[in-house]
Amino acid sequence: MSTGPITARGGALAFKPGYADNAADALRDLRPASETTDFELEHHHDAAGTAQLGFWVYLMSDCLLFAGLFATYSVLHVRTAGGPTPQSLFDLPYVLAETVFLLVSSFTCGLATLAMGRRSRRATLGWLAVTFALGIAFVGMEVHEFAHMVADNAGPDRSAFLSSFFTLVATHGLHVTCGLVWMAIMMVLVVKKGFTPSTESRLNCLSLFWHFLDIIWVGVFSLVYLFGVS
Amino acid sequence: MSVANEAIVGHAPHGAIHGRAHVSAHGAAHGSRKSYIVGFLLAIALTLVPFGLVMTHAPVGTPLLIAVFALAQIMVHIVYFLHVDRSAEQRWNLTALLFTAIVVCIILGGSLWIMHNLYVNMMPGMMPGSMG
Repeated sequence: MSTGPITARGGALAFKPGYADNAADALRDLRPASETTDFELEHHHDAAGTAQLGFWVYLMSDCLLFAGLFATYSVLHVRTAGGPTPQSLFDLPYVLAETVFLLVSSFTCGLATLAMGRRSRRATLGWLAVTFALGIAFVGMEVHEFAHMVADNAGPDRSAFLSSFFTLVATHGLHVTCGLVWMAIMMVLVVKKGFTPSTESRLNCLSLFWHFLDIIWVGVFSLVYLFGVS
Repeated sequence: MSVANEAIVGHAPHGAIHGRAHVSAHGAAHGSRKSYIVGFLLAIALTLVPFGLVMTHAPVGTPLLIAVFALAQIMVHIVYFLHVDRSAEQRWNLTALLFTAIVVCIILGGSLWIMHNLYVNMMPGMMPGSMG
């Protein structure tokens, strides 16, 4: 990226690529102040883009972690060891409510990044707060469901099916909880610092993370709950 | 960033090129309100239909339908929420995503295949096919 704009700025002088760095130094001194800021901004933008790609690679590796848990669950879900079966355990209207909470939170998280694009601090914080509340509701419902199951002697130690169920669903829930902590930190940062390139980049990564968790949940409710009950 | 874009677009001719790159990189990161609304409505529909099918005890063929709806909803999320497309800025994101999709298929399909074979061959007394 660094040679592109520089050779273009060189224009008629036609620098050889090998001299691009020296040319950049020379040009930076010659350029008016306004162009220097463009250069800095471009530099920031590159760094943010690299951070975003790096975060994307993390999300993909997380996806492989979940693939392993999904595979474990799909192999073990028939091993109920005489204990409760998916049909007897899962309450679909309850899961539908959880799903809608998470889906709406994904949407409001998108609205928060749009508000950030408009540089509206109030709207960004408002949508982040809505997303946070919906995320709390989701985690709360999940914890409530788990507590009920453990109380009904359907805890993770009951059968291979339940071990794999708790591992898969709780790993997702743990991710959502980490996302909530991150979101709380970002809200404080936006209040204190406003939209700096670093808060903007982090908010973009958080939004990717949140949308990604919703995609994992699509796999969870389809494979675990819908397949389980059907 | 919009102020910066205007400043960059002001410098012709390279400014125009970079101005456009900035705008599209921005668009890729944030999407538009319309794309979020379209994606949200599609995702809600693709959630409610399979839930409705299972909750009303629809006739056979439901497992396949659940899988189709799940894949469709995942595609909707990737396109409308994660904004992965075939633009140049997204090329490495898309490459990583496709690679991950292949590995996920191998892990899921391979596990079920191996465990099914093991089950059929190691426990001949039990009913084959009750697995997975």
